[in-house]
Amino acid sequence: MLTELKARLRAGTAEEYLCRLFEKIEKSSLNAFTTLARETAIEQARQFDKNPGQGLMAGVPIAIKECISTKGIETNCSSRILQGYVPPYDAHVVERLKAEGAIIMGKTNMDEFAMGSSTETSAFGPTKNPWDQTCVPGGSSGGSAACVAGGEAPCALGSDTGGSVRCPASFCGIVGLKPTYGLVSRFGLVAYANSLEQIGPLTHTVEDTALLMEIIAGHDWRDTTSAEKGSYLAGLKGDVRGLKIGIPKEYFGEGVNKEVEKAVWDAVYVLENLGAKWQEVSLPHTRYALAAYYVIAMSEASSNLARFDGLRYGLRQLGEDKDWHTTFSEIRAKGFGPEVKKRILLGTYALSAGYYGRYYLKALKVRTLIKEDFQRAFKDVDLLASPTMPIPAFKIGERINDPLSLYMADVFTVPINLAGVPAVSVPCGFAGRLPIGLQLMGPHFGEATVLRAAHAFEAATPFHERTPEVV
Amino acid sequence: MITKEDVEHISWLASIKIEDEEKDEFVEQFNSILEYFHQLDEVDTDGVEPTYRVVDLANIFREDVASKSLTQEEALKNAPRRENGYFKSPRIV
Amino acid sequence: MDDVIIGLEIHLQLNCLQSKMFCGCSTAYQNSEPNTHTCPVCLGLPGSLPVLNRKAVECGIKVGLALNCTIEEETLFYRKNYYYPDLPKGFQISQYDFPLATRGHIMILGDDGAERNICINRAHMEEDPGRLVHAGTIDKAKYTMVDYNRCGMPLLEVVTEPDLCSPKEARTFLDKLKSILEYLDVFDGSLEGSMRVDANISLKGGDRSEVKNISGFKGVEKALSYEITRQKNLQRRNIKVVQETRHFDELRNVTVSIRSKVGAHDYRYYPESDLVTLHIASWVPGIRATLPELPDTKRERFVKQYALADDHAKSLTSEIKLANFYEAVAARAAPKLAAVWIADVLKGELNYRNLGIDEFRPDHMVDIVQMLERSEITEDGAVEIIRTILDKKGGSPEEIVQSMGLGKAEDDAVQKAVREAVAESAAAVADYKAGSERALNFIVGLVMKKTRGKASPGEVHDLVKSEVEKS
Repeated sequence: MLTELKARLRAGTAEEYLCRLFEKIEKSSLNAFTTLARETAIEQARQFDKNPGQGLMAGVPIAIKECISTKGIETNCSSRILQGYVPPYDAHVVERLKAEGAIIMGKTNMDEFAMGSSTETSAFGPTKNPWDQTCVPGGSSGGSAACVAGGEAPCALGSDTGGSVRCPASFCGIVGLKPTYGLVSRFGLVAYANSLEQIGPLTHTVEDTALLMEIIAGHDWRDTTSAEKGSYLAGLKGDVRGLKIGIPKEYFGEGVNKEVEKAVWDAVYVLENLGAKWQEVSLPHTRYALAAYYVIAMSEASSNLARFDGLRYGLRQLGEDKDWHTTFSEIRAKGFGPEVKKRILLGTYALSAGYYGRYYLKALKVRTLIKEDFQRAFKDVDLLASPTMPIPAFKIGERINDPLSLYMADVFTVPINLAGVPAVSVPCGFAGRLPIGLQLMGPHFGEATVLRAAHAFEAATPFHERTPEVV
Repeated sequence: MITKEDVEHISWLASIKIEDEEKDEFVEQFNSILEYFHQLDEVDTDGVEPTYRVVDLANIFREDVASKSLTQEEALKNAPRRENGYFKSPRIV
Repeated sequence: MDDVIIGLEIHLQLNCLQSKMFCGCSTAYQNSEPNTHTCPVCLGLPGSLPVLNRKAVECGIKVGLALNCTIEEETLFYRKNYYYPDLPKGFQISQYDFPLATRGHIMILGDDGAERNICINRAHMEEDPGRLVHAGTIDKAKYTMVDYNRCGMPLLEVVTEPDLCSPKEARTFLDKLKSILEYLDVFDGSLEGSMRVDANISLKGGDRSEVKNISGFKGVEKALSYEITRQKNLQRRNIKVVQETRHFDELRNVTVSIRSKVGAHDYRYYPESDLVTLHIASWVPGIRATLPELPDTKRERFVKQYALADDHAKSLTSEIKLANFYEAVAARAAPKLAAVWIADVLKGELNYRNLGIDEFRPDHMVDIVQMLERSEITEDGAVEIIRTILDKKGGSPEEIVQSMGLGKAEDDAVQKAVREAVAESAAAVADYKAGSERALNFIVGLVMKKTRGKASPGEVHDLVKSEVEKS
């Protein structure tokens, strides 16, 4: 879709296209965007129309999730405590996009500090699912997914710590990729759980995701954990003959919505018809993944969010007649939402003296076992397939007051972050009006294979062509 | 089992003030979440190394070369309170 | 004082490096406007990531080897989590398990004059926090200003075992440590804030208190003396010493309690996953080969090579600059005489004026020593020359000798003056022959008057004595 768009824009219509998007956003009730960079974006589009550049994304607008730093554009992670913060620097991925001519159109809504699976914990109101506005778009990159699915942006970037790109991609019927840990530089990504998260694209088609990966993936000296990039567009349209797909038995059965399960099995059969072979595999430690994930994520969050104290940026409105510790404590109490507070407090507890071994260290050991489950499976198969989410999008307000039930929705996405392997979600069906996502997982740095299979599936199915009727 | 005192202690460590009304709610929620975490006790992890990071890299450095810093204005740009080029903090004691 | 137990934690800035520990900001921040040496990384802006300075690790290894430590095969960084306005991330990147170097020692001269081994528990790397400027004293200021220029400076923390027995010993230890570091050229001790000390002190059987962030060696001695007195007073009144953290107020020379909560230091250490493990064992042989001759070895060599007394050798090797100065002079002038004049005289004159050895030229000292050897000047004259140069009043030694008429009186003139004086002092001669040694002094004084002070008093005394005995 982006390739066709690029060609169309070169006829001198970049500004017109962008303005139409902004108009649509203005009339929209999705609440997908938090900040619009209207002036700078339109000026860039204007410049492009006068003098089209050669970049891979020349003239194409893109929406960026709130937690990815954009120089000169407010970056607040949908939190009151960072409201008004304008970074003096661009994240690495933003630099790369700009270098290829992309136009940053604005920032998208998210769960506060990426903590959530429904974009309901945002301090600026929930985002709505374009397919059914009484439902959540998924999270935490709900705004990015909703704006793409809702036709408000041609593509977007999100971040995935426990499923935050794949979950909204699944709920919104678009493509979302979580790359191998380390493949995309995290320099500029506001950290929630730094050993788990990656920035990933949210797009209409697999080819668009491959294009964005060509741009954003690869070594960045500013991120010590970053790796060299592979090649994503080149082999994309290859076939899947002989490809071995593993179906992990723990990802099906009890707890999985019947329509979801059927749609995913149908997808597996499509791939089989295209020449792939499937077999059952086991990832025996899957059921401990959620607990391990939340212990690790909360622990890391308690440290990563310690910098928010109102001294150097962000919220600070209270009287200054108290000592620093009291003042900081009050600012943090006021600026963080309840879910964020909960996770920081629990994370602090999990790391604290006397509990470190019981919770954090234990979770890290379980993490090793989960990673080994994947490594063992990939000795026998090339890819794994499963539902992305066990259910289609739920109603806004339905789960937010029952944290455990909300956490449970991440059951199939979090193991991937624990293992650090890549996974993509592609639309594979509908439950009524609501999209269903197929998750394809690969070994470390196996993006090329994952995207090739996803592309083959997409080319053989009509799901990516459907769009919601957004009022 | 987390008690109210634990919640108070954690709130001090995490520098997040918790009102009295909130404490009971937190105790309840924390205990149910921790109960869930206790599943991990079932897993036999004897002899298993913890995974601190999934990357296999070692010895990554930068060279000792000085580069440009932010200007004072850029550094202070987002500061809610400042004075004479400094960030202004509440008193220490 | 064998009932006093002192352990030190010394924070040393590796200020001979060009850039900070985890970012490229310049380390030359002394005398700069506040907050002009910062970047997203050392300011801890959301989304920033640390990247380790290779040379800092090399320096750390050098210091570890010079302190006779074992360099660990594998070392990694941890987060030390705590809140304070000078800590922008809400954690300090430091080391915990697997520090860079362990189990070393330094020999010092104890208070009783015997050599003592002070054991080093560990040396590890970490980043410096920022600097607080209080509007008044720390416990009375209404607010505090923060400057992050220093934040992120590379630090080496050296921790001793509680082997020190008195404030004076602590001072001796710090002098020796500083000397070793300057020999290694990793550290400039003259820069403000370059060495900060936390001291743990207890009386035998009592709890210990910690005095934090003492700058300068005099400060350490004073703070420790004050603490011993304070703890002894409490002990006398049967009040238990509270285990707490105190701050040394340099203006009032007292220690002040700043954190009274016992056991509240739960730093929740866990490995920093934004950085990777270091395998450094293979670096050790190469770095060991580049170590310069260290103070103790140099001292032994000076004794052997220049036939110096141990005292002189010790004094001359206490500072690398002084040692180099000495060797430059000893290459061209009598080594033993040079040692006396540099260690006993020049050093004293420099200290009195608070000047460094840089203020005196080696070739000037060569001239002075050579003139002394040739009996062209007296000892008093030599002292005069040194003082004149240091007080910036003269040119070269030779020029000063000319302009101030410091040339030693000719032997003939002296002999003549002696003969005359003896002839004129019959009464004194008689007193001497009757047994009064002191009678000679009268005659010596007369000779000095006749030669206008240009004769050497020692020489004159001998000449007068032999002349009197002849008569």
